[in-house]
Amino acid sequence: MSSTPDVAVRSRLAPSRDVIQALYRLIAVALLCAALTALSDVFFTTNNILNVLRQTALLFLMASGLTLVILTAGLDLSVGANIALSACLAASVMKTTGSPLLGMATGIGCGAAVGFANGILVTALRIPSFIATYGMMWMLTGVTYYYMAGETIHGFPPGFRQLGSGYLLGVPMPVYIMMLFLFIGAFFAQRTVWGQQIYAIGANPVAARLSGVPVERRLVLVYAVSGAMAGLASLIILARINSAQGDIGEELTLPAIAAVLVGGTSLFGGSGTVAGTMIGALFLTLVLNGMNLLQIHSSWQPLVTGIIILLAVWIDNRTRRSDA
Amino acid sequence: MSARNLSTASLSIARVPGVAIVLGALCATFGVMSPGFLTPANIANILTQSTILLLLALPMTLIIMTEGLDLSIGAVLTLASIALAVTVVATGSAPLGFLAALMVGFCFGLGNGVLIAVFDIPPFITTLGTLGIAQGLSLLVTDGQSVVGIPRSIEAIYSETVAGIPVPVVIGALAYAVTHGLLYHTRFGTYVFALGGNREALKVAGISVRGMLIRVYVFGGLMAGFAALLMTARLNSAHPTAGIGMEFDAIAAVAVGGTSFERGNGWLFGTLLGVIAVGVLRNGLNLLAVPSSAQVACIGAIVIIALFIDGQRGER
Repeated sequence: MSSTPDVAVRSRLAPSRDVIQALYRLIAVALLCAALTALSDVFFTTNNILNVLRQTALLFLMASGLTLVILTAGLDLSVGANIALSACLAASVMKTTGSPLLGMATGIGCGAAVGFANGILVTALRIPSFIATYGMMWMLTGVTYYYMAGETIHGFPPGFRQLGSGYLLGVPMPVYIMMLFLFIGAFFAQRTVWGQQIYAIGANPVAARLSGVPVERRLVLVYAVSGAMAGLASLIILARINSAQGDIGEELTLPAIAAVLVGGTSLFGGSGTVAGTMIGALFLTLVLNGMNLLQIHSSWQPLVTGIIILLAVWIDNRTRRSDA
Repeated sequence: MSARNLSTASLSIARVPGVAIVLGALCATFGVMSPGFLTPANIANILTQSTILLLLALPMTLIIMTEGLDLSIGAVLTLASIALAVTVVATGSAPLGFLAALMVGFCFGLGNGVLIAVFDIPPFITTLGTLGIAQGLSLLVTDGQSVVGIPRSIEAIYSETVAGIPVPVVIGALAYAVTHGLLYHTRFGTYVFALGGNREALKVAGISVRGMLIRVYVFGGLMAGFAALLMTARLNSAHPTAGIGMEFDAIAAVAVGGTSFERGNGWLFGTLLGVIAVGVLRNGLNLLAVPSSAQVACIGAIVIIALFIDGQRGER
């Protein structure tokens, strides 16, 4: 019974480590829901649940692209600032041309272009990703404030607004978009060659290069996708709040990073899933929503998010060490 | 002269052109474009305004030399400044306020160091987390408002002169001298070089890598506490957003000054020139009435150019 094949068979039948980790996270989410239901009368109402789902969708869209970046052992600190610029440009194009389609193309195109620039900085100029995207964050913020000059653009076509505030069969539109991108993201990461190459780069860039993975091109792709997803998220925000100003999305970078890390993606690359990030986004949204319902001042949010990030990385460190 | 000194000296010579050319080009451009730029009053102004940045960029140089980073230093500066202002307003005692600022800096430096060295959390994510914590605390303590009512004795620190030299410039020079001494003339400095270049050697020599890393981050926190004194004196108040983004200017100054993010090579004098270059850039763009949002984009561009040059040097 103790022969090697038996062990191999048993480990194949036993739930994989990823599944167990995901279960732990779902239990944490369930406990959080139970606690919030007990603490607040408002939490378990249809309105609030729909609100939580809508917020989760937004955070997930940002965090899903970021997950790919972190899978390669990189980081994208510019997602929040990218949302600001993409939203403002999209709003301005939509206002001047009156065409929602052109506006949406601008938003996603701007996001992707910024991401592409990040990818070039990281690969061609060999700047560490956290420095490159941190510099990009400040530059984008500067450009956005300069462009907007304190103005607000508001009032978009009702058709476009459906994207953020519409419902289909009683479920908010962003939730459908989230499910679509959860499927696309999970399929891309797990079932395509490019997706597997991204894991390989994160696990061991040298080995990936030696086995013929075009590391630079995949890295540029990953940053461009992260940027494009930020562009998409910016459209959802625009459609939801019906106005754009320079500081839009600024406070979303930390929660997005936290969602990826809480979702079980390792900062050191090579392990994690897009589905895990959705659980992470749900967790973060519940925490922030719960703080709102319990009337905890919004100043606590960066503090709590910072602590969650540190705890998530610490737990990841410990599980990795016990695996080794 | 030891081998290390020789090699750093030759590195220094190889790097002089880079940052010096940037600085010279900036001075020449602004000198031509703005008549008010090359006046003694404006130059004194640039040096005075650069001192807060210098106090942050000096420890940032050491931190980056250990292949680390401190994104929280601007937020810690802000929180320390608020602690100082709140304490002074409550007790009326300037020394107690200064002590409060130093305590805030020390605690955050120690926290960063322990998380990085003991819990093995990467520096950029550790300090991103503590940035959130410091920023949250700043907003909580002040409720988003300015803290006013700073006594004249603190304000004087920024505006007075000693023998014709502004006090901030004296403080900046002292800080530079102390950091230079620490880095180039103590064992601690040698260990800092080794932390970036050769950690194994430190372990073999029986030096506690963790202890040394923690000390480097504590040094950063304490310097942020000193900088908080200058910033509070300059603004004559404390504001929860006053120091946000200062870490970016500090990282920019270190990068422009030629300290490498990857190989553990540091050059303190380069950082000094880098700080002046960032100060000149900000001042010149101000004189040309360029909005501060666009200034940030210019600084970002300069950082990318500097890092690109750094990367090119690494290939040779």
